[in-house]
Amino acid sequence: MYVSDLALTDFRSYAQVVVAFEPGITALVGPNGQGKTNLVESLGYLATFTSHRVASDAALVRRGSSRAVIQAKVVRSGRPATLELELVAGKANRARINRSALPRARDLLGRLRTVVFAPEDLALVKGDPDGRRRFLDELLVLLSPKLAGVRSDYERVIKQRNALLKSAGTSRRAGSGPDLRTLDVWDEKAATAGAQLIAARVTAVRGLRPHVESAYERVSSAQSAAELGYRSSLEQTMSDGDRAPGAAVTAEESLTNAHLVQARLLDAMSRLRPKEIERGVSLVGPHRDDLELQLGGLPARGYASHGESWSLALALRLASYELLRADTDFESDGEPVLILDDVFAELDNRRRARLADLVADAEQVLITSAVAEDVPEGLAGARYDVMDGAVTRVR
Amino acid sequence: MAAYEGIIADLIEELGRLPGVGPKSAQRIAFHILAADPAEVQRLAAVLTEVKSKVRFCEICGNVSEDVQCRICRDPRRDPSILCVVEEAKDVVAIERTREFRGRYHVLGGAINPIDGVGPDDLRIRELMTRLADGAVQEIIIATDPNVEGEATATYLARMLRPMGLTISRLASGLPVGGDLEYADEITLGRAFEGRRSIDV
Repeated sequence: MYVSDLALTDFRSYAQVVVAFEPGITALVGPNGQGKTNLVESLGYLATFTSHRVASDAALVRRGSSRAVIQAKVVRSGRPATLELELVAGKANRARINRSALPRARDLLGRLRTVVFAPEDLALVKGDPDGRRRFLDELLVLLSPKLAGVRSDYERVIKQRNALLKSAGTSRRAGSGPDLRTLDVWDEKAATAGAQLIAARVTAVRGLRPHVESAYERVSSAQSAAELGYRSSLEQTMSDGDRAPGAAVTAEESLTNAHLVQARLLDAMSRLRPKEIERGVSLVGPHRDDLELQLGGLPARGYASHGESWSLALALRLASYELLRADTDFESDGEPVLILDDVFAELDNRRRARLADLVADAEQVLITSAVAEDVPEGLAGARYDVMDGAVTRVR
Repeated sequence: MAAYEGIIADLIEELGRLPGVGPKSAQRIAFHILAADPAEVQRLAAVLTEVKSKVRFCEICGNVSEDVQCRICRDPRRDPSILCVVEEAKDVVAIERTREFRGRYHVLGGAINPIDGVGPDDLRIRELMTRLADGAVQEIIIATDPNVEGEATATYLARMLRPMGLTISRLASGLPVGGDLEYADEITLGRAFEGRRSIDV
């Protein structure tokens, strides 16, 4: 799929802007602070309802306005559709497709698919597990929108369960018996939703693995191999005696079975109960899991160099691109629009050239860069100058 | 609302406490009341006081009622063997509008919600157990909301009631009637698939 037209109203720095794009490669060039990233950020938001730059939507609405509108014409398998999203500060988004309003804005999800590469991606390798869980979950929702509901249910259940554990801990310390009558029910709800989430994440990790391995090999000069694993809090709560050597593969395989995972989560929760009451938090489940990244057998976080970390972050994004592009449904292609937001400035020449190689044949690639020279020669295509909120085509 | 003084500010503040009424709406209602016919305002004030003194909760089911027992509990044509458990009195009204259900109700007064500090003892669960003691009720339909708290409450009740040998069911969640399949969202459609049933021919 590709975006043929983009119109923004009161989005970020833009009062009004209209840009036409073509399939293939497009570079948006201009000094910092002129609005390049705002253009591609709007497309990322249209695809996922989240920004890769800020957590709060309020920053997306132009200062002094009450609403922002993103309109994009998306061509998928030759058929154009106009997607429109209206962001109203402090209220729910409103969505339209081909000018007719959708009952729920989230029905727009999945109509446009993007994979965004940005300087923030380095945190996938160097940062906290939270960012890696979000990377996996956002990919899951693109692949299977139903999981958006499972994910939000799970988060709610864990909040309720933690509130109950906390109050039980307080009353235990005060000497009265804690009220645990409903804890079994919350255990069951947490295990049901949590197991679905774990099984889907592990399935995604298994799908990503070959792509991450080959992409890493191609981006870096590959002195060491990249490995990807799902580290579940289920495994960590087991004593070492429970683990047979060489059982890693079967262990992972069993995590793709939601029924088995559910039973194991329930079992772990019953064993951890005293500890959970003492600490007032849920200690096992997908919210405590991590996507494990290794280079040559060593954890990437802490051991990888800056360059290696970048290669691995790029490999993760490239792998999700490959996974989405292979996920076609009966009527339309799954190929996402690739967005490379200011990444070339972060990379050395060798990595730039290799990344350029890997994305050159994508249906549409949108690149932002402060200086034209940072964009590798292999990615010559249309070019727009972005200056003070004005977008002018120069090539 | 620093611009208003005394009684007007008080009125706007009180109106603003009502659910769904923001400061702007509160202001609009306050000025509507000021401009209205005194007799009209008297009537409003009278029903407000009356509703608090006259309406109470049915001693059997917990529904709102003007008597010790509500109309549904007093109605002899109602099937005493089926009981529908709901969260709020407004859910009774919603189900009554369907005219499908001929049994009686039990209003819990909420759902289990540890974040808000609501546990089993804060709901009318003990009253429910007392009601079931005489064995007249054969079947229970749990009609709590289809959200996280409602589902947890349903599971809690089902676990508690199972040993009593009653027929227990949960309202189905699924597709709206009269709609098109293609407009259903993925979550609802997914639930509808999970809860599919065989067709009797």
